[in-house]
Amino acid sequence: MEYKTIEEIENEIVDEFSLFDSWDDKYEYIIDLGKKLPHLEEEYKRNENKVRGCQSSVWLVADYRDGKVFYKADSDAVIVKGLISMLIRVLSGQSPDDIVNAKLDFINKIGMINHLAQTRSNGLLSMVKQMKSYALAYKLKSTV
Amino acid sequence: MIESATIETSLDVHAIRKHFPALQREVKGKPLVYFDNAATTQKPQVVIDALVDYYSNYNANIHRGIHTLAEEATAAFEATRDTVQQFINAEGREQIIFTGGTTEGINLVAQTWGRQNIKAGDEIIISNMEHHSNIVPWYILAQEKGAVLKIIPINENGELMMEEFENLLSEKTKLVSIVHVSNALGTINPVKAIIAGAHSVGAVALVDGAQSTVHLDIDVQNLNCDFFVFSSHKIYGPTGVGVLYGKKHLLESMPPYQGGGEMIKEVYFDNITYNDLPYKYEAGTPNIADTVAFKAALDFTKAIGKDKIRAHENELLHYATEQLAQIEGLKIIGKAKNKISVISFVVENVHPQDLGILLDNRGIAVRTGHHCAQPLMDCYRIPGTTRASIAMYNTKEEIDALIAGLHKAIKMLL
Repeated sequence: MEYKTIEEIENEIVDEFSLFDSWDDKYEYIIDLGKKLPHLEEEYKRNENKVRGCQSSVWLVADYRDGKVFYKADSDAVIVKGLISMLIRVLSGQSPDDIVNAKLDFINKIGMINHLAQTRSNGLLSMVKQMKSYALAYKLKSTV
Repeated sequence: MIESATIETSLDVHAIRKHFPALQREVKGKPLVYFDNAATTQKPQVVIDALVDYYSNYNANIHRGIHTLAEEATAAFEATRDTVQQFINAEGREQIIFTGGTTEGINLVAQTWGRQNIKAGDEIIISNMEHHSNIVPWYILAQEKGAVLKIIPINENGELMMEEFENLLSEKTKLVSIVHVSNALGTINPVKAIIAGAHSVGAVALVDGAQSTVHLDIDVQNLNCDFFVFSSHKIYGPTGVGVLYGKKHLLESMPPYQGGGEMIKEVYFDNITYNDLPYKYEAGTPNIADTVAFKAALDFTKAIGKDKIRAHENELLHYATEQLAQIEGLKIIGKAKNKISVISFVVENVHPQDLGILLDNRGIAVRTGHHCAQPLMDCYRIPGTTRASIAMYNTKEEIDALIAGLHKAIKMLL
């Protein structure tokens, strides 16, 4: 598979979203992503893998292989799952350094922050924070 | 005299809506449909004007000032107390204590009456449908004193099991603290019977009127409750103001809550005498502006007429219930015979949060989640519900918009 940088993937998503005329279409797309995201195995749906600050349950696990971080996640709410799917597409398979430094402007550019009520976008930001903290942990581990 | 039958008895909802500026706005390009009234109601222009008028014309600290502005501010602040007294038919104006809200009212009672009267082994009865604000203050008190919380269970319709309540009552019962109308289910509880039950074993009864005062006629003397608490912002008034009503002998015998200015008569380093009611419980500069504007909200509600408002809200609740019942996979949570304003529901295989987001995308404001009543959600074995709550300004067309929005959202999600 061809390697793309975080920014390149972000731009792809922004381009894709620019094709939608309405928020209904954007939500249809996000819901579709959510439905397609593979289920997380039940064994991972434990309390310690839960992301705090979300109204729905969100579980996130990370794995470190060959200098890259790989994420898997799930939620009981499908729109959140769609948002996670996008975050995984952008961040999974990247180096800890790149993940920690990622600006993730696409969230703003596709209008997600403005569109989701603050309490829920906080959930989105909690997910980003959790993904970055996994990357940071792997980064520190690998430099020891 | 005009025959009452010839008087217009129905509510002109379109005229009422014009009084609420927030209802005129759009959300996500659609007219706002506001069904989150159990969380907080929108404010009529008269309330907003009262706030602006206070700050523009007679902002001053109250009670001890001898200048004109202080006199005017004091008169306006105390006028709200008189209006509240009439609104809930309290015996005396000194029994109306201004608080920051319902939560503070309950905490005040827990920290004063509770700490003075609750001992190890005593029992406090609450119910399975309480808001966290009527659970946590008693939990804290029970932890501190070694007292025990007893819970009145509910049936599957979301009604209190009164025979179980009777069984819980004993000489150990010192307090029964009960919600009047459930914020998550809309159930109207038989508080008069509960208060009588509490009194039959010598216990004190507190009623959480946060959700009831806006819809029902409140007569604290008829209820014979010892304490009644509610918030201004759920009855078209500003946030940050609430009321604690208490029986006079209780308020007089309880220790003070917070110490400071206003609540004292004389202060020496070795001896302090406390002020008379209601000031004994109103330490420091109160929330003057919001309290002043609260009167405008009560006057507004009274002028329209609570009976008319109630009839209108009940009509919408019945219509919404009928319409929602036709949606496949939708289950209404809370089917009490006696309920008002609130309609809570779950949809099979659909998360409430997803529904909330997609309804918001159509300008429809509902609440999703556990509604600060986690023990109640556990009882139904659900993480949360979607809740629509109705106020005087809601319309049948808005219910239709909600139903259409739900159909569309469910179609997208399944």
